[in-house]
Amino acid sequence: MAKSGADDQAKGLGRREVLECMVWAGTGVLWTVSGGVPHSIGLIGEAAAAEATTGFTFLQMSDSHIGFDKKANPDALGTLREAVAKVKAMPTKPSFIIHTGDITHLSKPSEFDDSDKVFGETGVQMHWVPGEHDLIDEDRGKAYLDRYGKGSQGAGWYSYDDRGVHFIGLVNVVDLKAGGLGNLGAEQLAWLEADLKDRSNSTPIVVFSHIPLYVLYKEWGWGTEDGQRALDLLKRFGSVTVLNGHIHQLAQKVEGHMTFHTALSTAFPQPAPGSAPSPGPMVVPADQLRSKLGLSTVTVMQGNKPLAIIDKTLT
Amino acid sequence: MRTLVNQLRRTVARLTPARTVLVAMLLGPTAGAFLAYGALAAQEPNEVVIDNFTFGPKDLTIPVGTTVKWVNHDDIPHTVVETSTSRAFRSKALDTDDSYSFTFASAGTFSYFCSLHPQMTGKIVVK
Ligand SMILES: [Cu+2]
Repeated sequence: MAKSGADDQAKGLGRREVLECMVWAGTGVLWTVSGGVPHSIGLIGEAAAAEATTGFTFLQMSDSHIGFDKKANPDALGTLREAVAKVKAMPTKPSFIIHTGDITHLSKPSEFDDSDKVFGETGVQMHWVPGEHDLIDEDRGKAYLDRYGKGSQGAGWYSYDDRGVHFIGLVNVVDLKAGGLGNLGAEQLAWLEADLKDRSNSTPIVVFSHIPLYVLYKEWGWGTEDGQRALDLLKRFGSVTVLNGHIHQLAQKVEGHMTFHTALSTAFPQPAPGSAPSPGPMVVPADQLRSKLGLSTVTVMQGNKPLAIIDKTLT
Repeated sequence: MRTLVNQLRRTVARLTPARTVLVAMLLGPTAGAFLAYGALAAQEPNEVVIDNFTFGPKDLTIPVGTTVKWVNHDDIPHTVVETSTSRAFRSKALDTDDSYSFTFASAGTFSYFCSLHPQMTGKIVVK
């Protein structure tokens, strides 16, 4: 394994000297990140159209908080419906949607019912991982697992393959320790190690979980205690894309072969790290709310290139 | 400032509303505003308020037999869970303005946290 892996790596590196990551944050400007430094590379139409023809596309949606009705957004179900309307209006249907958790606000049956109904309207296959808000029913997770955990392991983790890409859904919102961060746990890490064992280094990997796997802001718990152990297991792969939610704002980072991306919420924004007394829902003027909410389109390019991620707001 | 406000709230909890207004007028606009707020959200002596992802007071000392009440004032649900594996107490998820009470029947130090936001920690010392 080590030898064929090294060959794969050598082949892959040449094509991947510059990692690109595209973001459209409502301004219409596309930017690329190489070595952590963002560069504007033009308007969205040109590059996106050129890239989209070669690969396949899926969506990332996150933090819908169905049931949330407080000041920061009195109608979170309404803004989710707007996001779903955008999905329905897409000229090319995405292959599937990955939801990175906090589907509901309080894990109520009625909230999960609304989720079934609204996401069902997309007509697109869903892949879920839970956020901490999805596991606060009386039985601490049964409501989520009954609904969306079929075929998963433990608290809801699983993997699947699609068109040569290996997708891994991890759960890092269970069994959190006092004073700590997100948590994967020994059982899940052992499962991940076994899941990756026989895969070649050239397999593109997309790993998704609710809380960011790396520590983005410790003071607010924005990170995963044992996330680095998962990232260490993924290091040998030539292309790894890590998708998260939880922080309700865009954050991107490129480190070697790994691209980290956290998506916008469809419910309410949260403040930038340390810019407010707490990470709670951020109230913005009503006419600005939709510019802080959105979803992400991820395009997988042929030839094991990094994935192109385009974020769209609801405005 | 948070500590000052909490102290004021505790003081105000012992005053009647009419007297609070009078005291507020005497103290001037700034302190008066805090007192008026304290009167609205009067914090009882053995109450822990959850505000901005923080338990306040973070540490509370009480005599054996006291019932402590936690109230969530955030727009996000929180929980109150005793830290040890035996989980001496564990609330359900508390939505905005929900509360949870637990009576401490024996002496000891009880550390607790929010199982959704584990950075939130607090302590009850029962003497
Ligand atoms: Cu909490």
